[in-house]
Amino acid sequence: MSFLEFSHISKTYPGVKALSDVSFSVEKGAVHGLMGENGAGKSTLIRVLSGDQQADGGEITIDGQAQKYASTRDAFHAGVIVIHQELQLVPELTVAENLRLGRFPANAGVIQARQMFSEVGEKLKSAGIDIDPRRKVKTLSIGERQMVEIAKAIMLDARVIALDEPTSSLSSRESEILFALIERLRAEGKVILYISHRLDEVFRLCDSLTVLRDGKLAAHHASLRDVTREQVVAEMVGREISNVWGWRPRKLGEVRLKVDGISGEKLRQPASFDVHAGEILGFFGLIGAGRSELMRLVYAADAATTGKITVDGKPVRSADPHQAIRSGIVLCSEDRKHDGIIQGRSLEENINISSRRHHTRFGILNPQKEIEVAETFIKKLKVRTPSRKQDIVNLSGGNQQKVILGRWLSEEGIRVLIVDEPTRGIDVGAKSEIYHILYQLAEDGMAIVVVSSELPEVMGICDRILVMCGGRISGELKRDQFAEQAILAAALPDKKTPTAIAS
Amino acid sequence: MTNQLKRILLGDQGLVVIFVVAFALVALLVPNFLTERNILGLLQSVVTVGIVACTMMFCLAARDFDLSVGSIVAFAGMVAVMASNATGSIFVGVLAALLCGSIVGLFNGLVIAKFRINALITTLATMQIVRGLALISSDGRAVGINDPNFYQLALSKLVGIPTPIWVLAVLFLIFGFVLNRTVFGKNTLAIGGNPEASRLAGVNVDRTRIWIFALQGLVCGIAGILLASRITSGQPNAAVGLELSVISACVLGGVSLAGGRATMAGVIVGVMIMGIAENVMNLLNIPAFYQYIVRGVILLLAVLLDNLRSSALGRR
Repeated sequence: MSFLEFSHISKTYPGVKALSDVSFSVEKGAVHGLMGENGAGKSTLIRVLSGDQQADGGEITIDGQAQKYASTRDAFHAGVIVIHQELQLVPELTVAENLRLGRFPANAGVIQARQMFSEVGEKLKSAGIDIDPRRKVKTLSIGERQMVEIAKAIMLDARVIALDEPTSSLSSRESEILFALIERLRAEGKVILYISHRLDEVFRLCDSLTVLRDGKLAAHHASLRDVTREQVVAEMVGREISNVWGWRPRKLGEVRLKVDGISGEKLRQPASFDVHAGEILGFFGLIGAGRSELMRLVYAADAATTGKITVDGKPVRSADPHQAIRSGIVLCSEDRKHDGIIQGRSLEENINISSRRHHTRFGILNPQKEIEVAETFIKKLKVRTPSRKQDIVNLSGGNQQKVILGRWLSEEGIRVLIVDEPTRGIDVGAKSEIYHILYQLAEDGMAIVVVSSELPEVMGICDRILVMCGGRISGELKRDQFAEQAILAAALPDKKTPTAIAS
Repeated sequence: MTNQLKRILLGDQGLVVIFVVAFALVALLVPNFLTERNILGLLQSVVTVGIVACTMMFCLAARDFDLSVGSIVAFAGMVAVMASNATGSIFVGVLAALLCGSIVGLFNGLVIAKFRINALITTLATMQIVRGLALISSDGRAVGINDPNFYQLALSKLVGIPTPIWVLAVLFLIFGFVLNRTVFGKNTLAIGGNPEASRLAGVNVDRTRIWIFALQGLVCGIAGILLASRITSGQPNAAVGLELSVISACVLGGVSLAGGRATMAGVIVGVMIMGIAENVMNLLNIPAFYQYIVRGVILLLAVLLDNLRSSALGRR
């Protein structure tokens, strides 16, 4: 009898069979990986485990006892804690208050603050988490917040901790701290479910692994000793992916986008760069290096205080994104949920929101054309959805990303496409599909800017890389100069001078 | 059986089904309800709320609020009466009222969109300012109408149906079309769904919001003129509390206060439910004080139903 067992779990949503007959088990004191493409059923499984959703069939047992949860509260009390990608902390409260929320040490309703801070401080220290319990959560970095979430799980004496894409917005240093913490939890005999798209992490951390595909169990590995990465990728996508990157040399045209000395409130130092027609330019840097801020200035999402932008030699003056779009510049921002999708509206509307202006008359829509555009891009970008009428929040992250790409590809006259973290939280199969879309666009002469925190990604798909550090461009490398060492050196803040400048 | 019932009630058309059933019940059980006179009276009584609900729907769908509608209706009515008395031309009076309504709405929109002041606060302020203007303009007294032709705006009939009902029907049609079939309507819903994403997707959010409020002002102008004509004078205290009835009707009709969700059919049903409830209570001689309670209960039930519906749809 294993400690945590899933047996014959099934779950159907209207129109979609999210999980069918999934069974596997995890031993005590193990870190168990859970992998699969977007929409494979990982999230649903976690929702069932956490009591957020009820399975239609099957059973979960922990330590031999069948678990029945009506809500996340029940799961909580049974010692099952899920740490989501979107963290659930109260920003205005301190770390200690967040950790003791609902269980404040109080005397006649008055919180014993000193006692609380010292207790929580000790607990944090013993868990190896170096965060001042008096700090407000809003002042913490994403990585630190994640630590607080895990501390919460530890303090609640969790038996099963599920981590959903925990490193997707962490720097590599923060990730290391997280991994150390996971090792410690494993040593204490907890069961950790580790959901990630990152093969490196899974192979490094996990003892065992389950792969889901289309809601079914695709593979279960009780040990990862004799398993190869290629094998896992094949299990996830159901076919072999020979070359994730698939980069090919392309012919570059004239300079398309020229940015000259642009700066704004969040990016004080003026930055300049240009992109050629047909070029894929990568922007690499650590979190907070100013890459997204720079792109938002170019797109006029934030107001620029200085600087000039030209597209194909023509000066562009835009004060708002709708003007940038008209001059041929578009941006897919890094935060899909806040800045990308329009919640509550259908795929069709999400795709047509901008490009519909090309086929309206006096502001009146052309419904036939909108259906046509939506269907075209759903097919072209292989968006997995039961219908174009589906509310976009019901799609997986990768499919949402494709819809947002579709929004821009359906625009006429786009000359510069900026994509910020195009594959964050997206699985291998969808990733390579998105790369191929980018190559296709570049071949058609578009200038493409890819902002990414994943070094292999920028090295894999870009023709040229600009490195940013501390709010300025600190290095430039052409494809034949690409080397991890040089790129990282330029990205690290302690360097005073740019290390690699291309001729 | 119960499952099927549940599916119908919680489905997209749940409210319409409930409305039809309620209407049929009332028609059967309440004497004198289903007479031509009563039905026309019922429709007349919802004209003001119905007209203003058309644009309030846009306001709410874009995650905004407008509390100033009652004051604008009263003010526009005053302007219509006073301007036509002064110039001797009803046309000028009507035009002045529409213009004043639009200007107040435009002012709301500009302050909210350009100065980024919360819509609730802005319209709370204009609600009081505009009510003050209406009171000052006549020194707090009602102003009688000089030209009897002004009454004809509300009293005249077309194919046996009073003009205000026609106006209401036409506005329902126009705004239903605007919501579903125009860029403006779709942008409104998108802004309500996610304002920042809409801006980044190229929607001119500021301009759309300004238009929403300006239209709201214009439509309040129309409602104010018809109301003044029906009560045969400009009343500075007219339409007090209208904003709450209108917002109730919209919410009853499934418009989400969190934005992004609205249908014209829903709002029409919401307006009619409020109207029928009041009408039936009058026919049954239920004292006015109890009517407040019934209206409140209906609103709560409708929101509860809406809540059940969204959780039945499931989140994934």
